Amino acid sequence: MIRREYPRYFLLILPAAIIFITFFFVPMTRLAVVGATGDEGVASYLSIIQTPRHFESMVATVLLSIGVTAFALVISTIAGLFLVRNRFRGSETLVSLLTFPLAFPGVVIGFMIILLAGRQGLIGSISNYLIGYKVVLAYSMWGLFLGYLYFSIPRVILTIMAAAEKLDPALEEAAQSLGASSWEVIVDVILPALKPGLIASGAICFATSMGAFGTAFTLATNIDVLPMTIYTEFTLNANIAGAASLSIILGIITWIALLLARSLSGSTVAASG
Amino acid sequence: MSSNATAVTLHKCAKTFEDGTRALDPVDLAVEGGETVVLLGPSGCGKTTLLRIVAGLENPDNSGEVWFNNDDVTELPIEKRNVGMVFQSYALFPNMTVAENVAYGLRVRKMSKPEIEARVLEMLKMMRITELANRNIDQLSGGQRQRVALARAIAVRPRVLLLDEPLTALDALLRERLRVEIDSLLRSLAITSIYVTHDQAEAMALGDRIVVMSKGKIVQTGSPREIYNNPKNSFVADFIGTVNRIPSTMIDGIDTPKGHDLVFRPEDAEIVKNSSGQFNGKVVNSFFLGDRIRLIVDCGAPEYITIESFQRDVIEEGDEISIHVHQDRFLEIN
Amino acid sequence: MRRPKIFYGQLFFTLIVCAFLIVPAILSALAGITENFFVGLKSGFTFRWIIEVWELYSETIYLSLLIAVFCLIINLFIGVLAAYSLARIGGRTARIVEEMIVLPVAIPGLAIALALIIMYGGFRDFRTSWLFILVGHVLYTLPFMVRSVLAVLTSTNFKILEEGAASLGAPFWHRFIKVVLPNAKPGILAGSLMVITLSVGEFNLTWMLHTPMTKTLPVGLADSYASMRLEVASAYTLVFFVMIVPLLIAMQLLANSQRQTKNLIQDEDAH
Repeated sequence: MIRREYPRYFLLILPAAIIFITFFFVPMTRLAVVGATGDEGVASYLSIIQTPRHFESMVATVLLSIGVTAFALVISTIAGLFLVRNRFRGSETLVSLLTFPLAFPGVVIGFMIILLAGRQGLIGSISNYLIGYKVVLAYSMWGLFLGYLYFSIPRVILTIMAAAEKLDPALEEAAQSLGASSWEVIVDVILPALKPGLIASGAICFATSMGAFGTAFTLATNIDVLPMTIYTEFTLNANIAGAASLSIILGIITWIALLLARSLSGSTVAASG
Repeated sequence: MSSNATAVTLHKCAKTFEDGTRALDPVDLAVEGGETVVLLGPSGCGKTTLLRIVAGLENPDNSGEVWFNNDDVTELPIEKRNVGMVFQSYALFPNMTVAENVAYGLRVRKMSKPEIEARVLEMLKMMRITELANRNIDQLSGGQRQRVALARAIAVRPRVLLLDEPLTALDALLRERLRVEIDSLLRSLAITSIYVTHDQAEAMALGDRIVVMSKGKIVQTGSPREIYNNPKNSFVADFIGTVNRIPSTMIDGIDTPKGHDLVFRPEDAEIVKNSSGQFNGKVVNSFFLGDRIRLIVDCGAPEYITIESFQRDVIEEGDEISIHVHQDRFLEIN
Repeated sequence: MRRPKIFYGQLFFTLIVCAFLIVPAILSALAGITENFFVGLKSGFTFRWIIEVWELYSETIYLSLLIAVFCLIINLFIGVLAAYSLARIGGRTARIVEEMIVLPVAIPGLAIALALIIMYGGFRDFRTSWLFILVGHVLYTLPFMVRSVLAVLTSTNFKILEEGAASLGAPFWHRFIKVVLPNAKPGILAGSLMVITLSVGEFNLTWMLHTPMTKTLPVGLADSYASMRLEVASAYTLVFFVMIVPLLIAMQLLANSQRQTKNLIQDEDAH
């Protein structure tokens, strides 16, 4: 009886499908086509390698994203494991505080970094007091690094906590009873068990960092990361074909990274920044 | 395996958890070298906490002490105590093969490769799982997992073997078979072992001594026979086997302190002919169990009594029967 | 209980991480109500920056709320129906469709915005209206609604419930409204909170899609960060926090209550 109603389900999904096709599928296809209308046609997709400015921006973005991912994983693993394995007064509040920034848009995160490490920022004031010199990190690659860490840490902590909660505490106890030191327990038992979660959240973190526009927009007036390069090509240089081809390449990179994440963990958290 | 097995002594070990709940009242316990002691009790009685204190997974409250032979191990963390532990969930490392699991304790002890290989093979042979050596954990059945867990725990030649409800996750048939295997394993190893369970049949079969626990206290300690035949109080009597209670006024000529019930086990009641027993009753339910019949009888006591009979006579619901319990079969419980 | 030394080391580390995330937000909130942030708190508290923000940017707040509400309405309609169909169709087909619906989250907003502008930028009336932004927001939030509802539907036995209702003679729409929707409610609720939160905070798409006449809150924020004094920017950010934090708390409460029910059920099973 239910089987006979199959066409009905396709009918119900139709509104979503129409919107998706009209406003996503068709425009993205058009974008890919426009990307190939540059001076060199399809070869303009190679501009990411051939144009030094594009290539440098690409390398810088990838390196930055890898660095952020590595740091975010280490920091979040330590904090996330600690929060899962220890319940104490205020630990729930701590978890809430750590995950609140999830919903901050990239621009706001940029502003947070300005307050932290900008010209009137906290770090500057402290360093001025201590060493008589204002340390201003916000508008350099360091600022971006801090900003990307800011939006990455909550996501990664959530994923790691979810994975760690599923861990059987007896596994650790078994390793200990066999004589393993704390370090050996972490390396031999905990990290292998967290591996899928670590890879998944690492991939999310990488993809989000690659595509982060808001944070870069607030902080990176002088730094070419890929989203900023695309933005400048489009608005200032009116190089629509170039912007389109770079967008498509960026989109493919982030999509593949997230596909990897999903195949490993079955879910992804919002990629905005 | 170990010529001079380790004796375990607990002195005033209590455990109060952080939230203030008292899991264990101060407990003294002495386990002789090579002995198998079973901690038996319902869930929440403190038996697992006691085991975890011996293991070093929990610290006893301040005055408590744990001794292995003449070594005070109270402050020693679990990884330095050289204990072997078997968990209810097996806790096998899913990222390692069977052989790697068994080798793990040897690896962290930095034994040489050939030594490790030889020991692992010996253990796998002993547990008769040699052919599983290179399997992943998720390819094993429950019984196989339990064997690997045992092999892993004894591979390091621990001073004490601790088993936390190791058979609970298995089905009844397998449980019985592994129970026999564990029993002969513990006997052949002559290793000091502490075994936690809530299953009285398991406790009777495995324990040199049984420690019955309730609400954070040790209620009675003794051999299975002692515990069954001379339960100290009604908790032990009820927890191990079935008991019947009838008011002492129902039978003449038996001395009990005033107001105490007469207590006896189902198999100690005899069905006799022609109302020649000490009291009569009416059969409420009759279950044919093959080798015997189990009868639920209303004999006028506040509760129905249960008796088991190996007689071949057909006794059906509604039948009037007469019952005799031999004088020395009544349990002395206050 | 004796805590190992490493506990305090880890606690300290976690607190540092937490401070890194929270201190700037507190600084921002304080700066928004301080007379002169450079001088410090001793310059006194004031609401004048907030009033200034209201005068300058109240339009952006209204527009953000308008877009979020319409975005939610559209999602409730197309998202819930899509999730239900996917749960029904199941198998590979559903997985492929789901994978496609999630694409707008996987691809940077900048790229999607660019595609929309290149394709539809020529339609001037559409390009200059807030509907252009709404389109972007719907694309971006739809996956969250669909997944949220889908997750709840696949974890309940709604198919059996629906078959039960059908066996009692309930026609399709009756079943959908009386059986499917009530069972999907936690997912719809969580999805709705998510949609509103994401829509109110969306910047990456919106910055490209907006026009001077259609500025949303985050667009206004970027504007103020670039051109206003720190106190005004902070006051504006404070307004944004006040809007977004209740949504976040509601989401966490909802997640907690669901986890608790789940634990309760598991406890029951264990006995």
